[in-house]
Amino acid sequence: MSKHNQLDYLDQLEAEAIHILREVAGQFERPALLFSGGKDSITLVRLAEKAFRPGKFPFPLVHIDTGHNFVETIEYRDAMVKRLGERLIVGNVQDSIDQGKVVEQKGKNASRNALQTVTLLDTIAEHKFDACIGGARRDEEKARAKERIFSVRDEFGQWDPKRQRPELWDVYNGKIHKGENVRVFPISNWTELDVWNYIRRENIELPSIYFAHERDTIIRNGQLMAANEVLNMDADDVIERRTVRFRTVGDMTCTAAVASDAFLIDDIIDEISASKISERGARMDDKVSEAAMEDRKKGGYF
Amino acid sequence: MDILKFLTAGSVDDGKSTLIGRLLYDSDSILLDQLEALQASNRKNDDGTIDLAILTDGLKAEREQGITIDVAYKYFQTDKRKFIIADTPGHIQYTRNMVTGASNANLAIILVDARKGVIEQTIRHSFLVSLLGIQQVVLAINKMDMVDYSEETYNKIVADYKVLAGKVGLKNVHYLPVSALKGDNIVNNSTNMPWYSGESLLHFLETVELAVDTSTEHARFPVQWVVRPQTDELHDYRGYAGRVSSGSFKVNDKVTVLPSGFTSTISKIEVFENEPEEATAGMSITMHLADEIDISRGDILVNSNYQPLVSQLIEADLCWMDTRALDTTHTYFIQHNSKVTRCKIQETLYKVNINTLEKESAEDFKLNDIGRIIIKTADPIAFDPYEENKANGGAIIIDSRTNVTVGAVMFRNVAD
Repeated sequence: MSKHNQLDYLDQLEAEAIHILREVAGQFERPALLFSGGKDSITLVRLAEKAFRPGKFPFPLVHIDTGHNFVETIEYRDAMVKRLGERLIVGNVQDSIDQGKVVEQKGKNASRNALQTVTLLDTIAEHKFDACIGGARRDEEKARAKERIFSVRDEFGQWDPKRQRPELWDVYNGKIHKGENVRVFPISNWTELDVWNYIRRENIELPSIYFAHERDTIIRNGQLMAANEVLNMDADDVIERRTVRFRTVGDMTCTAAVASDAFLIDDIIDEISASKISERGARMDDKVSEAAMEDRKKGGYF
Repeated sequence: MDILKFLTAGSVDDGKSTLIGRLLYDSDSILLDQLEALQASNRKNDDGTIDLAILTDGLKAEREQGITIDVAYKYFQTDKRKFIIADTPGHIQYTRNMVTGASNANLAIILVDARKGVIEQTIRHSFLVSLLGIQQVVLAINKMDMVDYSEETYNKIVADYKVLAGKVGLKNVHYLPVSALKGDNIVNNSTNMPWYSGESLLHFLETVELAVDTSTEHARFPVQWVVRPQTDELHDYRGYAGRVSSGSFKVNDKVTVLPSGFTSTISKIEVFENEPEEATAGMSITMHLADEIDISRGDILVNSNYQPLVSQLIEADLCWMDTRALDTTHTYFIQHNSKVTRCKIQETLYKVNINTLEKESAEDFKLNDIGRIIIKTADPIAFDPYEENKANGGAIIIDSRTNVTVGAVMFRNVAD
């Protein structure tokens, strides 16, 4: 019997994710890949290329657009879709607002972040998607640490931890009743650092806002925010030009920047590696813990 | 760098939460939000040190809310290896969760309390670890600080466990005296046990050998998806996408498609834009054959010289995972890799009392019951005995009424 060492960890994670994506293709009638423009969903797109090329993707990309996205994100999305030659479906939160299905928040901290869920569920219903592939990871938060790779949602899109199916070996049970759908998380077992190392290895292009750049910013609730027209700014807000980058790519109203000199992907990996190693008992670096908070928020609504 | 997936079996009383907390804490692997929680908490040990069990608080919150206690996955890495911990509950009512966690693990850490030694739950955990085919086991004899770091106590437990390991068929057991609370032999070697010269738990986890079986004898490739671009320039392209579940395939190998029995030769192996000569266990690839034959999802390609068993009547071990008991008159689905077909549990042969390892009669199969059955499938299944090849020996049972996964099956042999 011949024995070999295991594959390298990135190869293992990649092979597992490709296997999961192909299970989605094989088991579902109308799957979709939820694309946010963030690094995790960009990684998913790369994995889908590896799973299905030279064929077409067996699913469209679906973007829920709050209308408050960074312009760089939308530019990136459109260029990527063009390069791939795949189908993009955009669900607009503005449409949900116009239809009176959701009400826009008012005041200084107004955000369309929470409104996205309604648009997402409507988009799933309209296109009758039975599986939605997402880029959530189990290292993001405690609840996520228990979620299955194939996570069944009821008609209302809800996750019920009590109804989780046992998930054994790498056999994924995608059988559902009409009206239900499955959220599928191919990179469940990746950590944030794994995603960055993979992006570096694969030389994957990212939206420019992930890297350090100069930008007009304000400080809102202790967080660095990009100064722009969708933030309800007033005279109290002091605009200052800073060198920043974003650790996640979301709605401009709720995605905070971090002060950073990470201009290159190697700098980012160094920054993240350092932030994971905490000094025991010492107070955490403020900018880092803000970013961690941001990561958590992202996990919450997706 | 590679990945070690391990399972921790034991109850909170054995100090399991503290052990995991200690591993994460002493290896600088605590996530930021957890560290914040740790600093904010007033929970302290008697001697004023912080209570590391807080790091597995997710489970405690679950208990307070009264929801199902479930497997939680935790991630950490050192510069030698990445680790994925399947933190599974140890109580008997969560046996199915432990089986779930064990299905994907390369190694199991079984905890015993040095004051109690080998007890009923140790038997249960060891049996389940063996049933799910985990060959590498660490017996962590914890709370050594509570028995004055006694070598005699340690030796007695080791001797007792050797008997048990022999009974359940665990061959590679590594014994470790530890105190998770005090940090002895978890990440750093203990100075309290000069009689123990072995390595620490983390060091063992970092260096234990993780080989995969890449023999041609076990070359198995379940087809997940057929890639057919149907464009002008790729008009005749037909690639079989899937993951090599075990063994290895090389270009020019003669392969057999099961269950149809058609044969052909591998003309090309693709991994995205690369074309390697060989594909080994774990790799997701696209395979091309020299002949045009009918192959679709659910078929399995194997090395023609080393074929698995093919049958519609199979003897297997079953772990029942649903609150509704097994109904031998009901038609279920069985899913074996990418293959789904209908099945009936034709006969229940016996159940195992997992606390005593005694065989019992099997009139019924209820939640958490484990035992031997004979399963009849609508289509033939191409399988290997689980103990020879895990990757092609396990399957799940799905209830066609609820679509829920209700059973885990480990194939053993063709039934007479």
